[in-house]
Amino acid sequence: MDLIALLAIQVIYAIASLALISVGLAIIFGMMRVINLAHGEFLMLGGYVAIVATGHGVSIWIAMLVVAPVVVGIIGVIVERTIIRFLYGRMVDTMLATWGLSLFLVGLTTAVFGNTTVGISAPLGSFQIGAYRTSGYTLFVIAVAFVVLGGIFAVLRWTRLGLIARGTMQNANMAAALGVNPPRVYAVTFGVGAALSGLAGAVLAPVSGVFPTIGVAYVAKSFITVIGGGAAILTGTVSASALFGTINQIATFATTPVFGEVALLATAIVLIRLLPQGITGRFFRRGL
Amino acid sequence: MAAPLLETRNLSMHFGGVQAVRSVNFALAEGELRCLIGPNGAGKSTFFKMLTGQLVPSQGQVLFRGEDISHAHAHQIARLGIGIKTQVPNVFDGLSVRENIWLAANRIHSGERANSVVDEMLERVGLTGAAERLVGQLAHGQRQWVELGIVLSTDPRLILLDEPAAGMTHEEVYKTAELVRQINRSKALIVVEHDMQFIRMIADKVTVFNQGAVLVEDAVENILRNPLVRDIYLGKQAAA
Amino acid sequence: MNARARNLLGLALVGLVGLSFLILTPRFAELDTVLDLTVYMIMAILALSLALVWGYGGILCFGQSAFFGLGAYTYAIAMFNFGESTIPLLLAIALPAAFAALLGYFMFYGRISDVYLGVITLTVTLILFNSVNSTAGPEFHIGSARLGGFNGIPGIPPLNVPGNKAAVIDLEGMFYLSTAALLATYFGLRLLLASRFGRIIVGIRENERRAELLGYDPRAYKLVTFTIGGALAGFAGCLFANWGNFVSPTIFGLAQSAQIIIWVIVGGRGTLIGPIVGCIGVQWLSAALGANQPSGSDWWTRVLANAPLILGIILIAFVLLVPKGLVPTLGDLGQWLLRARARRVATGLKPKQAEEG
Repeated sequence: MDLIALLAIQVIYAIASLALISVGLAIIFGMMRVINLAHGEFLMLGGYVAIVATGHGVSIWIAMLVVAPVVVGIIGVIVERTIIRFLYGRMVDTMLATWGLSLFLVGLTTAVFGNTTVGISAPLGSFQIGAYRTSGYTLFVIAVAFVVLGGIFAVLRWTRLGLIARGTMQNANMAAALGVNPPRVYAVTFGVGAALSGLAGAVLAPVSGVFPTIGVAYVAKSFITVIGGGAAILTGTVSASALFGTINQIATFATTPVFGEVALLATAIVLIRLLPQGITGRFFRRGL
Repeated sequence: MAAPLLETRNLSMHFGGVQAVRSVNFALAEGELRCLIGPNGAGKSTFFKMLTGQLVPSQGQVLFRGEDISHAHAHQIARLGIGIKTQVPNVFDGLSVRENIWLAANRIHSGERANSVVDEMLERVGLTGAAERLVGQLAHGQRQWVELGIVLSTDPRLILLDEPAAGMTHEEVYKTAELVRQINRSKALIVVEHDMQFIRMIADKVTVFNQGAVLVEDAVENILRNPLVRDIYLGKQAAA
Repeated sequence: MNARARNLLGLALVGLVGLSFLILTPRFAELDTVLDLTVYMIMAILALSLALVWGYGGILCFGQSAFFGLGAYTYAIAMFNFGESTIPLLLAIALPAAFAALLGYFMFYGRISDVYLGVITLTVTLILFNSVNSTAGPEFHIGSARLGGFNGIPGIPPLNVPGNKAAVIDLEGMFYLSTAALLATYFGLRLLLASRFGRIIVGIRENERRAELLGYDPRAYKLVTFTIGGALAGFAGCLFANWGNFVSPTIFGLAQSAQIIIWVIVGGRGTLIGPIVGCIGVQWLSAALGANQPSGSDWWTRVLANAPLILGIILIAFVLLVPKGLVPTLGDLGQWLLRARARRVATGLKPKQAEEG
């Protein structure tokens, strides 16, 4: 019984962390059709910013939830203005340029921080479920995921900003004709996507530590989730995370973490074969 | 009466909530030239896409020479003998005119025979002089002829032309009409067009599409006088 | 001079330069240099494999290193099990090819588009990296070959003359073999691209829809192209395992896969010479930049030390500023200069001469 509860928490945690690391990418891809291969590095930077800020005396909560997103968000806007905006419509070139950016950021952080893993210990200690102990931080991550996804839903659905964003996504020319400034929307969107990635990276920093090439682990999984999810940002991310997270966790539990990853990829390939437009290409089409 | 070359039965296509084509029953005889007209959004291009395997119909059947091709792949249908010149020119922009036509001719001829077929086709569409130029750099009218040359080179039984005269000058339109009539001597054609002058130069029987369904099918003179047809065009070109 | 003659002249030139390089280098260069040059040749074959798949086939493969690595590992593992190199060499080509065929089947017949191909192939190579990296214990072995995990597989026996186990290849021999293999690959690919098959895959790259509407099945053509690319990369992997007598999971990693893409972009997609030039150029640059590493470091460490930062900048710069790559851009520049010169000459004529001219 406790084992089931433990497993359930692990599964929900897997889903939540997958959703968290993917949602920034989903926003950028969903709204701008830009494939940002430096996504993993935004996560990595979020982790480093949180750690550096904490090292300078900032409270860990503020560092993770405020400083990291803001800093990475600003970096995102800079990237959009200097690189991405010259490549709109050229999807493959965007992929290549962002891959170059990814390499650059890895090289830069290696030069500045060195190759070793830095970390901060997870706050919130642990608690008991029957015969097992699990980390309280797990629940925190799950809570953050809920808040972030809920917040995005609220913004998209009920605010003017969300409406403008959705309109620009559907039809940029029309939006422009109505007085919206597409370049600014794009810059803000990219910045927000980056900020969310920074937040995710910061929140997950106490779990796995941070090192320059940690982005690699994130990028594959988040891409698979975004593509598997399909066009709708929220519904897609949530449904794909649910599917992949569950399979990944169960496979990991049954065998090894490596096989868990393989299972995730295999599921993704099968999914794309059956549903080339992702989950929300066929189901939940009206979702946000 | 001989079996039709092409037939559709209750052919329908819907995308999400939009019914693009509804229950179209259409038949074309061997060697016939039919014009397909109708306002924008009437479903003509979608209809063509279903005939060539680019879209799988939501309902109904497409029969070519008696065979059901509704679910066949595009390349299989092309091999069966249906060629299409699409609305937006679908050519190999980064390759030369000669290479474009070679790729088509090569599908049914090989080696030296293919090369001589290419030369003949270049002559036929009047592009011998531009043979080595990149198609992407040609004028719009010329690109249309390149596509025509490509389609003809695979020697299909049925040719679909989606707005072959679009964006052409008056002389080019005339030349294209002549080419179409010439082609019709040995092949069946379905031509979608808006240019009524062009239609009158080539057409015999006309099918009118509106809102995804067949409105009326008649000889060209009757169509032009038909008040229903005038209505759907909202008075545009009614006096043509 | 017409196009065909220019083509043959170009081929002859490449052949001449290549042969001279092959014959003269070991005579005049030091062993160290020959060693470095050998790996450039091997990597150039790898670059050509992606040039075929991506430059000519239009298949965006971010994970060409997967086949490279599979080739190297297959050779190593087979060598430890067989002891004689003929079968390992063949397996090092066949296994990556089979893997490419399987992966390609899923991707092309699943109608996965461009962009997703890139992500999936990248993910595949990363998964291979992760999997092989975690095989460090003695329980991970295939026959008598331990996989070694992040330690890699050291002491890989070199190739021998088929049938004669004792006649193993030496350093100079590796150079001859690799350079000859590169030349053979180059001319082989030129032949392939001039053939019916080659012209069709270029057509499919230019406009897949139109190729389909003409009756060509793009899925089948792409599958064959992808498989050939996988086989070539596997072959390069086998040579690489021979060159260093060592292979480790980094061969599947992000840095390696990024490098291959960068070589092709820098050199120029749509050409064969371009990627060779890009490959050798970028590697030489990386090694030169890494030259300030402690002298004990091996070549791999030197290259990878500064690789990400510099390569990242190069990649961004090229995508934004020189998207066609070096060789085509230089070609365009040359043509522009020739035409400018022709114009100057023409306008220099006196009016009467210009009319008669």
